[in-house]
Amino acid sequence: MTRIDDTFARLKRDGKKAFVSYIMAGDPNIATALAVMKGLPAAGVDIIELGLPFTDPMADGPTIQLAGQRALEGGMTVDATLQMVRDFRAGDKTTPIVLMGYYNPIYSRGVDLFLSQAKDAGIDGLIVVDLPPEEDSELCIPAQAAGLNFIRLATPTTDAKRLPKVLENTSGFVYYVSVTGITGAAAAQATDVGPEVARIKRSTDLPVIVGFGINTPEASRAIASVADGCVVGSAIVKEIGLGKSAEQVLAFVASLAAGAHSA
Amino acid sequence: MAEDGLNSFMTGPDEQGRFGMFGGRFVSETLMPLILDLEARYEFAKTDPTFWAEMDDLWKHYVGRPSPLYHASRMTEHFGGAKVYMKRDELNHTGAHKINNVLGQIILARRMGKTRIIAETGAGQHGVATATVCAKFGLQCIVYMGAHDVERQAPNVFRMKLLGAEVIPVTSGRGTLKDAMNDALRDWVTNVRDTFYCIGTVAGPHPYPAMVRDFQSIIGKEVRWQLEEQEGKGRLPDTIIAAIGGGSNAMGLFYPFLDDPSVNIIGVEAGGKGVDDRMQHCASLTGGRPGVLHGNRTYLLQDPDGQILEGFSISAGLDYPGIGPEHSWLHDVGRAQYVSITDAEALEAFQLCCKLEGIIPALEPSHALAHVMKIAPTLPKEHIIVMNMCGRGDKDIFTVAKHLGFDMKI
Ligand SMILES: Cc1ncc(COP(=O)(O)O)c(C=O)c1O
Repeated sequence: MTRIDDTFARLKRDGKKAFVSYIMAGDPNIATALAVMKGLPAAGVDIIELGLPFTDPMADGPTIQLAGQRALEGGMTVDATLQMVRDFRAGDKTTPIVLMGYYNPIYSRGVDLFLSQAKDAGIDGLIVVDLPPEEDSELCIPAQAAGLNFIRLATPTTDAKRLPKVLENTSGFVYYVSVTGITGAAAAQATDVGPEVARIKRSTDLPVIVGFGINTPEASRAIASVADGCVVGSAIVKEIGLGKSAEQVLAFVASLAAGAHSA
Repeated sequence: MAEDGLNSFMTGPDEQGRFGMFGGRFVSETLMPLILDLEARYEFAKTDPTFWAEMDDLWKHYVGRPSPLYHASRMTEHFGGAKVYMKRDELNHTGAHKINNVLGQIILARRMGKTRIIAETGAGQHGVATATVCAKFGLQCIVYMGAHDVERQAPNVFRMKLLGAEVIPVTSGRGTLKDAMNDALRDWVTNVRDTFYCIGTVAGPHPYPAMVRDFQSIIGKEVRWQLEEQEGKGRLPDTIIAAIGGGSNAMGLFYPFLDDPSVNIIGVEAGGKGVDDRMQHCASLTGGRPGVLHGNRTYLLQDPDGQILEGFSISAGLDYPGIGPEHSWLHDVGRAQYVSITDAEALEAFQLCCKLEGIIPALEPSHALAHVMKIAPTLPKEHIIVMNMCGRGDKDIFTVAKHLGFDMKI
């Protein structure tokens, strides 16, 4: 059982949907990012996705691209990202942290070294966008062996034939990307998402969380109501990009979380 | 024949799209079904005689193939050593080798029922070739080009527009070729149903590196019979040389000779201002290390934290921080040798070629020619070098004028 599994067990007992939020490590600087991160659980966030900045985020829209650029320009590194996680963990032992990013910074460090450092720092799961199941031997299998969840994306192009392959080595939860496109693109309608989630749930007992394009408490509620929870990324990162204070960002996050939790 | 237990260097990639440890399919889940579909459709087309009949017809009547294999006699004389041949792919329609590959991909796209074609471009040559073939077939064409390249390659931008393409300047990242490729991938992930991504070099996720190589291999295949025609039956080149951006013109020349051990294979990377820790170059093999970008594992220019660095070269077409995965493999197994040539050396070769052969080369093949300049004088007269003259220099005269201090006043 990881913190992720524990969290979903708790939510299930309470009859609540999960609210997952994404922020970029080191955006716009380490201090602000850490202040936001520390405030997320109290704002109602059940699982934190922490972006690992990369120069070439090919699955991300402009909002998250710019966040990564700000972080890198501020000197953010893999080590500093892990340190941010340690600093967070010093005050919070229960909120799961999922590191989300691209493979090259991890590959560059060396998979085994990275996994042991990530685990030690208090990371619970990984989402690595450019590692489909066809490349499972790279990181997915070693990550599971190291006790980290490997969370896979399922998409509208993942057809019935492919779905078992996508689910095979997935753990923690399934992240359903509701639209074909990049982060921050237009949102899908709950009426379209519902049947897709049901389709995935027929093939797995894992929770299915839906993301991409959710940017209001209403959308958060609508999407969470047809799934096990929802993820908001770009909408939060956008507030950070506008130079809002940690308090302002967290107030917005709280409204989104309330939306999901009222579903 | 290969030495390390394999019996051929020409069997790759394997089922995972790997050349040794390089290559693969490092893309997001949304794209995965698309590249699997593309792979299946390409595998079918590859053995379909009607596909190749269509290619051959267009190669002959639209592109102007075969391109000549030309004995550069004054250069040969000037160097006083090896006999130098040029494979004249700069005479192709649109002025470079790029169209060899574009034709193949567009014919495939049409067979797949795709109506919207996207491409990335650096120097604009691949963009122009794609816009050209799309015009010919009445397909919608969108070309992603780094904002920085849009400025320095203005004539090609206008060409693409004349040909009916939409050119989208890319400002994400640093606005160069790698960012254009990122944005093309972002477009593809968004428009999955009707869009075909026409990649311009032997990079990207499997099956692109193999597919683009196969289309470009027409270069090496022609060289084989053309050299026999001029030098006698069974005569193979002793050395073949090509410039490398992503590596497509080089793979096209090299591939048909991989299993001929007597043929010395040399790839020339862009050394920019010199391959050293200032990192002002594009020599991924000489100055990079293995990493994962744009769907494949290959040698990349990157910092110690795995962040990708920008390349630097006088030649926009070589300005890419990666290299096709098959080259990374050929490098590691030692079948091909990779060297680098600086901007200054390429400029010198460019001018020499204009004066001695009456050929204005593109800056990309000028790099290959600069290496010929280095080695030809040291080799015996019987030694035959074939270099790939993969593009003409019209697009580069502004850049060269600037470097030579010539005021164009237009
Ligand atoms: C004339 C010419 N040669 C070479 C290249 C580099 O590409 P590749 O290494 O794929 O042949 C380009 C790219 O724009 C080009 O225009």
